[in-house]
Amino acid sequence: MLFAVLLLASLSSASAIPLQASDTPNDGGGSITLHWTDPSAPPPRWTVVRRERGGTFAPLATIDGKLQTYEDDTAQPGTAYEYQLVALPTDPLLDSDISAPTQAIANWFDGTKLNVLVVAGLFFLLLFYYIFQAERGTRWTFRKIAGLDAIEEAIGRATEMGKGVFYIPGVQDIDDIQTIASMILLSKVSRMSAKYETGLLVPTNSPGVYTVAEEVVKSAYADVGRSDAYRSDQVRYITSEQFAYVAAVNGMMLRERPAANMLLGAFFAESLLLAETGHSVGAIQIAGTANVHQMPFFVVACDYTLIGEEYYAASALLSNDSRLLGSLKASDTVKILLITVIVLGAILMTFGQTWLWDFFATQ
Amino acid sequence: MKREIPMIITMVAGLFMLIAFFVPHPAVRHLYEGFQIWVIVVVGCTYVLGVANLLRINWRQVARREQDWPYKIVLIAGLLVTMAVGFSEGTHYTDVTSGFQWIYQTFYSPMSSTMFALLAFFIASAAFRAFRIRSVEAMLLAIAAFILMLGRVPLGNAIHPAIPAAADWLMEIPQNAAKRGILIGAALGVMATGIRLILGLEKTYGGDGS
Amino acid sequence: MSVLSALRSLDRRWIFLGVALLVIAPLVFGFHIAPVLPSHRSKGYYDAIERVPEGSTVLFAGDYDPGTSAENYPMALATARHLMRRNLKIVALELYPAGPPLMDQVFRIAGAEYNKRANVDYVNLGYKVGNEIVMSSMGTSIPATFPVDNNGVPVTQIPVMKGIQNFQQIKLIVSVSAGYPGTKEWVQQVVSRFHVPMVAGVTAVSAPEYYPYLQAGQLQGLLGGMAGAAEYEVLLHKPALATRGMDAQSLAHVFIAFMIILGNLAFLPQRKKERS
Repeated sequence: MLFAVLLLASLSSASAIPLQASDTPNDGGGSITLHWTDPSAPPPRWTVVRRERGGTFAPLATIDGKLQTYEDDTAQPGTAYEYQLVALPTDPLLDSDISAPTQAIANWFDGTKLNVLVVAGLFFLLLFYYIFQAERGTRWTFRKIAGLDAIEEAIGRATEMGKGVFYIPGVQDIDDIQTIASMILLSKVSRMSAKYETGLLVPTNSPGVYTVAEEVVKSAYADVGRSDAYRSDQVRYITSEQFAYVAAVNGMMLRERPAANMLLGAFFAESLLLAETGHSVGAIQIAGTANVHQMPFFVVACDYTLIGEEYYAASALLSNDSRLLGSLKASDTVKILLITVIVLGAILMTFGQTWLWDFFATQ
Repeated sequence: MKREIPMIITMVAGLFMLIAFFVPHPAVRHLYEGFQIWVIVVVGCTYVLGVANLLRINWRQVARREQDWPYKIVLIAGLLVTMAVGFSEGTHYTDVTSGFQWIYQTFYSPMSSTMFALLAFFIASAAFRAFRIRSVEAMLLAIAAFILMLGRVPLGNAIHPAIPAAADWLMEIPQNAAKRGILIGAALGVMATGIRLILGLEKTYGGDGS
Repeated sequence: MSVLSALRSLDRRWIFLGVALLVIAPLVFGFHIAPVLPSHRSKGYYDAIERVPEGSTVLFAGDYDPGTSAENYPMALATARHLMRRNLKIVALELYPAGPPLMDQVFRIAGAEYNKRANVDYVNLGYKVGNEIVMSSMGTSIPATFPVDNNGVPVTQIPVMKGIQNFQQIKLIVSVSAGYPGTKEWVQQVVSRFHVPMVAGVTAVSAPEYYPYLQAGQLQGLLGGMAGAAEYEVLLHKPALATRGMDAQSLAHVFIAFMIILGNLAFLPQRKKERS
C-alpha cells in the first residue's frame, strides 16, 4: 500500500509540469502571465485555476491544451495569486505544479516603446540644439517649394481679377494634426488676403474647425489693421458629412468663381471632386495634404501640390522665423539618421544580424 | 494674458499627453484616457455653435434674396425637419419603419452614394485634361497606370495573366517603398509641427498672428 | 489637324457621357467581359473565415457610410453571408454615425437567406462615438462599452452576447472600412495588443495603405474595393452586386486609359511648338 502511494506520488511529481507566473511587463498592473513547457501528452484543454494566498482555487478560464502561455488580466494589483493548470478531462497526473505567489505590478515605463522614446528624444535634443544655433545667428538654406511661393502669387492674382480666394481646410476635425497645420497656414493666408483686400471664404467641415478658423481669420485681419474688412460670414460651418460638404463647396465654387483655391488639410475621396470643380471655374489651385492616397489626385488636378512633409514645413518656411526653421533642420537631420539606420539594418539583416531590426520593431 | 494662458494650457496638456504615451501606470493612464474623452465632449459642444452659424448665414441669404436663395430654404427646412423627426422619435429613430430612417434611406443614402459616384466621371476628365507625358518619369508613371488599370479588372487577366501579376508587383514593391518614404517624412513633419505647438513656437493657430 | 484642335477644346461633358454609357451598358444589357479571378489577398480573407471554428464569435466592424457603400456594401453583404453560412455568431458595431442602418440592411438580407435570427445568431451593437477609445475600451469590456444594442436592448439580455466579455472571446475581427476610423486603427489598437486575427475590406484607393499590414501578418486577408468584393463573391460561389459591377469597371478602366492617350495626342502639336 505504502509502495503504491509512493509510486503514485513519484509519478505525479515526475509528470507535473512546472508553472511559472510572472507580472506581465510594460502594463498598468492587473495582469499576470503564466508560462509552462509543453508536456509530452497535453490534454485537449486546460482549466486555469487561481487563488489568493490562503484561499481556495477557483476556475478562471478554459484554454486550448496546445497553448504554453496564458495572460490573466483580471488580477488586482498588490494581491498575490497562485495558479495551477488542471487538465480537462480530469487527470491529476497531468495537472501542473502550483505556481509561486505572484503580484501584478503597475509599470511606470512601457519598455516596448523604448525605440519611440529614443527617436523622439533625439529629435528633441536636435531641436533644442538647432534653436540654440538659430538664436546665435546661424541661418540655413532650404530648397524652394513652388507651392509656397505660389500662395502669395495666387492671392495677388485674385486681387487683380477682383475675385475671391477659397481656403478649404480639409475634412478632419480640429484634433487632427493636418487640420492644425492648416489653421497655421490659414493665419498666413488671411493676413495676405487682408493686406491685399481680397475676399476670403473658408468653408469648414466641422464645428470645432469653424470656431478655431473664425478666431484665426478675425485675429489675422486685426493684426494687419483691417478689422473693418473682416465679415462674419467669411468662415462658415457647412456640414460634417463628407459628400454633403463637397456638394456644398462645389456649389459655392460654381457661384462665387474664386480666382484661387487652397486645399490644405486632410482630404479623402472628395479631393478630386473639389480640385476638378476648382479647375472648371478657372481657379489657380494649391493643394497640400499628408494623406498619401489623395496625393496623386492633387498632383494631377492642381497647379501646385505640397506633398507630405512639405505641407507640415510650409508654416515654418513662410514665417521665416529662424527657430521654426530650426525644427525643420532637426527633422531633416533625423531623416538622414533614419535613412542610415534603414540601410544599415538591411545590410545587417542580409548577414543574419537582427538586433537592429528587433530594436525598431513595433509591438 | 490672453495669449499666454492658451499657450500654457497647450504646453502642459501637450507635454502630459506626450509623456503619458510611454507610461502605462493607471495613475497617469486614467487621466490620459480622460483627456481623450474630454476632447470628444468639447467637440460635441461645438456642434451648437456650428448649427447656429449655419442657420444664421443661410437665413440671412434668404432674407436678402441672394443668389440661389430658394435652395437655402430647402437647406434650413431639411435641417429643422430632420432634427424634429429625430428628436420626436427618441430612441426609436433607428427602427426600420421610423421617419428618421425614411429620410436617411430616401435622401441621405442615395445622395451620398451619388456624390461618390461622380468621382468616376471626374477621374476620366482629369485623365484627359491633366495627365501629360512630358518626361521620362511621366512616361513610366503612365505605363504603370495602364498596367494597374488593366490588372485590377478581370479584363487584364483575360488579356494575359502577367498583367495582374505585374500590377500586384507594382503595388506591393515600388509603390509600397515610395509610400513608406513619404510616410516617414510626413511622420517627422507631424513630430516637428507637434513639438512647435507644444513648445509655443507656433502660435498662429490660436489666433495670435504675431 | 482640325481633329486634334477639336479634341483640345473637347467639352468634358462628352467625356462624362462616354463614362456613363460604358458603365450603364453592361449593367443594363448584362453582357460579360471576362471572368473574375480571385487574388491571394481575397483568398486570405476567405480562408481566414473558413478557419474559424463553427459556433465561434466574430466581431464585425462596419465602419463605412453611404458615401462608400458602392464599394463597402457588397463586401459587407458577402461577408455576412459567409459568416452565417459557417454558423458563426456575429457581434457587429459601427464607428461611423451613418453606419448602423447599412449593417442592419446587410443582416436583414443575409439573415433571411440563412435563417438567422437577430440577437440569437447576430447582434448590431450600433454606433459609438470615440474612435480608438471605443476599441481600447472594448479590450477591457465589450458590455461596458456597449451596454445596449442598436435597438436599446440591454446586452445582458441578448443571447448571442452571452459570455462575450472582451477580445479574448472573439475569434476573428472583420473590418469593412471606408477610412478613418477603420482598419488601421483596429490593427494598431486591437490586433497588436490583443493578438486577435483580423481581415479587412477597404475602398480601392486606400487598399495599398494596408499592404504592409498584410505582409507583416497583422491582416490575414484584404479586399480592395469592388474588385476585391467580386473576387470574394466568386470564392463564395455566390456572384452578386460586385461581380456584375466588374464588367462596368473593366470598361471604365479601359476608357480612362484611352482618355490618357487621347489627351496626350490632342496636345502633341502644342508640345512640339513648345520644344521648337
